Amino acid sequence: MLTVAFGLFWLAWILWTLVNNGLQAIDLTIFMQSTPPPGSNGGLANAIFGSFLMTLIAVLIGTPVGILAGTYLAEYGRGGWLAPATRFINDILLSAPSIVIGLFVYAVYVANVKHFSGWAGACALAIIVIPVVLKTTENMLRLIPNSLREAAAALGTPRWKIITMVTLRASRTGILTGILLAVARISGETAPLLFTSLNNQFWSSNLNSPMANLPVVIFQFAMSPYSDWQRLAWGGALLITLAVLIFNIIGRTLFGQKSPLQ
Amino acid sequence: MTSAVTAIEGVKSPPTPKIISSTLTAARLGRQYFIDLVFLNTTRLFAFLVLALLVAILISLLIGSLPAMRAFGFGFLTSTAWDPVQEKFGALVPIFGTLITSFIALLIGIPVSFGIALFLTELSPTWLKRPIGIAIELLAGIPSIIYGMWGLFVFAPIFADHVQPWLIKYIGPLAIIGPLFSGTPQGIGMLTAGIILAIMVIPFIASVMRDVFELVPTLLKESAYGLGATTWEVVWHVVLPYTKVGVVGGILLGLGRALGETMAVTFVIGNAHQVYTSLFAPGNSIASALANEFTEAVGDLYTAALIELGLLLFLITVIVLALAKLLLLQLAKKEGAQT
Repeated sequence: MLTVAFGLFWLAWILWTLVNNGLQAIDLTIFMQSTPPPGSNGGLANAIFGSFLMTLIAVLIGTPVGILAGTYLAEYGRGGWLAPATRFINDILLSAPSIVIGLFVYAVYVANVKHFSGWAGACALAIIVIPVVLKTTENMLRLIPNSLREAAAALGTPRWKIITMVTLRASRTGILTGILLAVARISGETAPLLFTSLNNQFWSSNLNSPMANLPVVIFQFAMSPYSDWQRLAWGGALLITLAVLIFNIIGRTLFGQKSPLQ
Repeated sequence: MTSAVTAIEGVKSPPTPKIISSTLTAARLGRQYFIDLVFLNTTRLFAFLVLALLVAILISLLIGSLPAMRAFGFGFLTSTAWDPVQEKFGALVPIFGTLITSFIALLIGIPVSFGIALFLTELSPTWLKRPIGIAIELLAGIPSIIYGMWGLFVFAPIFADHVQPWLIKYIGPLAIIGPLFSGTPQGIGMLTAGIILAIMVIPFIASVMRDVFELVPTLLKESAYGLGATTWEVVWHVVLPYTKVGVVGGILLGLGRALGETMAVTFVIGNAHQVYTSLFAPGNSIASALANEFTEAVGDLYTAALIELGLLLFLITVIVLALAKLLLLQLAKKEGAQT
């Protein structure tokens, strides 16, 4: 009982601080103007846009890979060494330190093209999306009763049609939940973006140049000594937390109570 | 639909059309086999891609850290030097910081998560289970940078003003653990980082513990209750021995998280490349050293040394997580064998 109170106490305290400090910073300008130099007014518009764009690209890259690999594990993965090995490695990637993934993208991409870029940030985020989507896809496909597959097979349906038209379709909601959880996960990730997309003080939609994004802006502004930067950091922090919590809650209500990741 | 019709006609009609229709279906079947093969191999390719990802990460980090390995050899692991100007680097301080903060996190996190899991599986009334479960999962969902900001701006000042002076006054003078709690109350430092990490790993450990506690057969627990055992006795003598392996797996999973956590630690650890005896002093962890210095690193050797730090971190966490996974699989197998 005491320990539960201990756990909930931190949750309440953190959320309370966030709302308290964040609400003061959030007004319309935060969505309209770009990040300011210290001492003048501004908003987070470029950072919000950058985060949004990179998350979108990461999901577009990561989701198909995750779904296809998850399909293999669930539908073809009986016998053989590939499926168990991939499952094992995927579980490790799922909780591998995200900063190492940033380092990896830096080493293979940024170091070769010699500049930080939005694409690199999106790639790093996509690598984080893959294991989450893979795991949910596999778990959801395993929930589909075998009789459904057998019924389709008895009608003479080829295997690929059974998978795309019957089993994947039946587990749509679950997979969607997985994608939402992945979005929730990457929208707060800071560490992999530090070495990949870096930051940009101005509005930019060029994916080949450094790109502003909320987490890194929060990090830089919060660590800075300027009080108006810190105020903006609180505003951004509240925005991110709200987004993450909303994605989590939508995911939960779509799928029922239990997280499909377990 | 058409294939079914031709098949039926094939049976009914004289031999000649039958041959034509069977070659038709054969062609159609062949196409389906082909698509099947393509589909199977595409999915297999992507499964293989995930496998290759881990190998690629390892290899790229290995290549990136080659200059540092050549320059320092195994001395890198035992040296405390960190001097970008003279290009002398050693990993001992960040490794030490990573291990100490994670250790503090587990020290606080394990009992608390155990209590939460216990409450959720054994004590809680049913209507309370769901809200608490969701709240704990929300705690897990908060981005780590938020924990870091909160730690720096809210927790650290309060800790420095109220908790640390008390610790220094009452525990500081004690013989063996005394030096750990001495020095100036700055708020930020190893202990603060450890506490914030503890808050972050609690949801992970608690949810694994809850899941493995639920695996215990009701029959076993009820038999113990029937013999007059108290809740505590049931948990200590029945539930824990049964789920031992899973609990350790959950703890290792939490440890894996704590080791690799970057942003929360970077905010509050203080970033000092020195080993102090006091837990109140600033330190450095592998992840926070990377976050703070990587983009500012000048010179190939500096970058290589940081990449080698990343490689070390990756190896440590992969080993810990693999161990956790194996233990949890073992419990699942045991469960499978009994039912």
